[in-house]
Amino acid sequence: MLNLFLLQSLNGIQFGILLFLVAAGLTLIFGVMDLINLAHGVLYMIGAYLTAAFAAMTGSFAYGILIALPATLAIGIALEVLVFRRLYDRSHLDQVLATFGLILILNETVKIIWGSAPLSVPMPEAFSGSIQLMGNLRYPTFRILIIAAGLATALGLYFMVNHTRLGMLLRAGATHGAMVSALGVNIRRLFMIVFGLGAMLAGFAGGMVAPILSVDPGMGDSILILTFVVIVIGGVGSVRGAFVAAILVGLVDTLGRSFGPMLLRNLLDPAAAAQMGRTLAPMLVYILMAAVLYLRPTGLFPMGGGTR
Amino acid sequence: MSEAATPSLGPVSSSVIDAPHVRPPLLAQSAPWLIFGLFAAVPLLALATGDSFILVVATRMLIFALAALSLNLIMGYGALVSFGHAAYIGIGAYAVGILSSYGINDLLLQIAAALAASGLFALVTGYLSLRTSGVYFIMITLAFGQMAFFFMVSLSAFGGDDGISLSGRSTLFGADLLRSNLVLFYGVLGVLAAAFLLMRMLVASRFGRVLRGTRDNPTRMRAIGFSPFSFQLTAYVIAGMIAALAGVLLANQVQFVSPAYMTWARSGELIVMVVLGGMGTLLGPIIGATVFILLEDVLAHFSEHWKLGLGLILVLVVLGSRDGMSGLARRLRGGSDV
Amino acid sequence: MSDVLLKVEGLRKNFGALKVTDNVDLAVEAGEIHALIGPNGAGKTTLIHQLSGNLKSDFGKIFFDGRDISPLSMQNRVHLGLARSFQITSILDGFSVLENVAMAVQARSGSSFRFFRNASREDDINAQASAALARVQLADRAHRRAGSLSHGEKRQLEIAIALATGARLLLLDEPLAGTGHEESAVLVDLMRSLRGSHTLVLIEHDMDAVFSLADHVSVLVYGRVIASGEPAAVRAHPDVRAAYLGEEEIA
Repeated sequence: MLNLFLLQSLNGIQFGILLFLVAAGLTLIFGVMDLINLAHGVLYMIGAYLTAAFAAMTGSFAYGILIALPATLAIGIALEVLVFRRLYDRSHLDQVLATFGLILILNETVKIIWGSAPLSVPMPEAFSGSIQLMGNLRYPTFRILIIAAGLATALGLYFMVNHTRLGMLLRAGATHGAMVSALGVNIRRLFMIVFGLGAMLAGFAGGMVAPILSVDPGMGDSILILTFVVIVIGGVGSVRGAFVAAILVGLVDTLGRSFGPMLLRNLLDPAAAAQMGRTLAPMLVYILMAAVLYLRPTGLFPMGGGTR
Repeated sequence: MSEAATPSLGPVSSSVIDAPHVRPPLLAQSAPWLIFGLFAAVPLLALATGDSFILVVATRMLIFALAALSLNLIMGYGALVSFGHAAYIGIGAYAVGILSSYGINDLLLQIAAALAASGLFALVTGYLSLRTSGVYFIMITLAFGQMAFFFMVSLSAFGGDDGISLSGRSTLFGADLLRSNLVLFYGVLGVLAAAFLLMRMLVASRFGRVLRGTRDNPTRMRAIGFSPFSFQLTAYVIAGMIAALAGVLLANQVQFVSPAYMTWARSGELIVMVVLGGMGTLLGPIIGATVFILLEDVLAHFSEHWKLGLGLILVLVVLGSRDGMSGLARRLRGGSDV
Repeated sequence: MSDVLLKVEGLRKNFGALKVTDNVDLAVEAGEIHALIGPNGAGKTTLIHQLSGNLKSDFGKIFFDGRDISPLSMQNRVHLGLARSFQITSILDGFSVLENVAMAVQARSGSSFRFFRNASREDDINAQASAALARVQLADRAHRRAGSLSHGEKRQLEIAIALATGARLLLLDEPLAGTGHEESAVLVDLMRSLRGSHTLVLIEHDMDAVFSLADHVSVLVYGRVIASGEPAAVRAHPDVRAAYLGEEEIA
């Protein structure tokens, strides 16, 4: 029982790490550029597809993801230059329409190139086993790799946001956008960098899950909405908030699905508990979001106080 | 694509904004008659061509026009971009599906259940969403819409992912009136006309005036003593309930209910319909939904990847016109400023 | 006329380390025109925001007609009879001039949760709105689109809206800002015509207007009131001359 709990907690953390990788860029895009970007999840999907394609081409998952990373970076920057750059000073509604259109385009393009059927990416040989953590608790090596890579990225981001000039501009941009541009900072370039970086992080997340999940055209949509939940809980524009919220959401979702029915069994008869658990578990993260919103409408780590 | 948004139809809701004694142009006055008249004549077209599918498509247009009309109340008159509106269509459809699986087929009971459930859902989620604004509001409505979607997907007692097939259409006082596609069509047309008239009254009423004022300048409205929140929440609930009514009708038309009605993509399409026809105008959503369903039909015949075309159109239109899609729709309608 | 209608005690607002308003005390008597002057950045607009309820104060209390209104929202202060205008014109451009004012009448005329009757045909509301428009001499513009008015007319409209809320006290944030000579003469006459029937708290940079209108002048510098009294006394106050009027004479 304890082992199961630890195992599921690790799964939750691993899921949370992935959510964080996608949410980190998106929360900056919302916070710094005040842009609602629905197409961010698509970059996660593209990362997965490119990793699958390059891994098949080179015969190595590592090469696959190493080529996919700069490719998603390039796609992110291209999208910024072609589309998003023209949306910054538009209404939220225009942003919604254009990025919604972008999702349709990219989802269909992926379907045309790779078909609608899910692709699978073989697990890299070196990480296919599992590691003994404590006692008889074993955990798949690849999932540990995901957690480690995600934590390393989070640390890198933390360092970047708090100890570099770029990070300082980002923090300032999230709270006082006008002031940053008044300082003569090249806002356009800053935005392009944030966008490319965000795209690469999302693509990285997509590439990393390719071996453990099926790669299919709808995968970007489902992660996008959970990413929104993460951003709302964490507070728009806050990378730290995104990290805390992502882990929280990952844990709540994973533990809720596995232990929800078990807990309900104490209250209801087994059949009803199983049914109710299955129904309630997917809603838990949304209920969590509603609770946070009720108590703190601007999220756990709100940026840019004052005006709101 | 928007040539189909018939520039000749003219601004409609300007009659609401203008001073009472200024009569709106004749064209604007006659536009509703024209549109509803054209729809009323569709069965004749179906009869003349012998293509009964026309009636099915036209019914679908009317149903989505009703849903778009409801979204327009909050989006067009309240500036609240809700990305979870399809959830209400789903709630309405499931009210039919779930009740009929218990043998309750009476349309009025199903409608009552749909209105109650959607009203409650809108009240709770609206209360939470409206405490925020802008980007937050869009994300949160999307998330709540998705929550409703997952709830239905995991509700395996009622088909889960696969949905519920209905054994037949709803009955009215025990009579199986709606079995005929023709009766259903005129029934839906009647509901849409009633909703249109209701919307026209709402928008011009004290309530609607506060809603429109808040859309344009919330600070000004607070400075004269209004608290926008309760007005916005009321509009949100009304919009949700009308969309649920559209869901009841949709379930009846296709005799099938599934979570696919409430995907976030469907919510996005509803937004596109409203903007396409003209946000904040009374007839706009009806025209937008008609054009959208027509387009969906035409493009889908042309290629299974028709959504690629839709996406391209959306991106190009938004990027191509300085004031976005609503500006383009406005210019096509003849430059009205409503 | 010695009833104090608005009393402010120790009001303060900080933005971070910056004290924008610092321990402000004010007493505004019923029926007077009370001008707030001071150099740019002195905190005048912030003070108006605090008085109207648009900004929450960090410290201090505001009494209106003897009642502590500090915790009340802007909406509730309007209901008590305290309305404001904005430094940057804030009207409903897409509505008719009459409807801009009628909306303010509607706000105090029973519930606005009425869904069926056409609001623009409520004669009682329109009549009151027309009266407010007549008072600011915009009656002939009633059915124009508000956005199409000239700048001066928009400033008049803002005052009409404030009057139509039924307010006893108007907080006017630079009503003359951006107006030409003729427009400002109309507005000055308008404000003078309100003396007695209404109490006016007015921020203004136009010193001729201030000294021709005001019964009482308070000078705000760096968020503090450095002088307050009759115009002549304030004009002669050495601190005021040094901090504020002096600059004008030099410039």
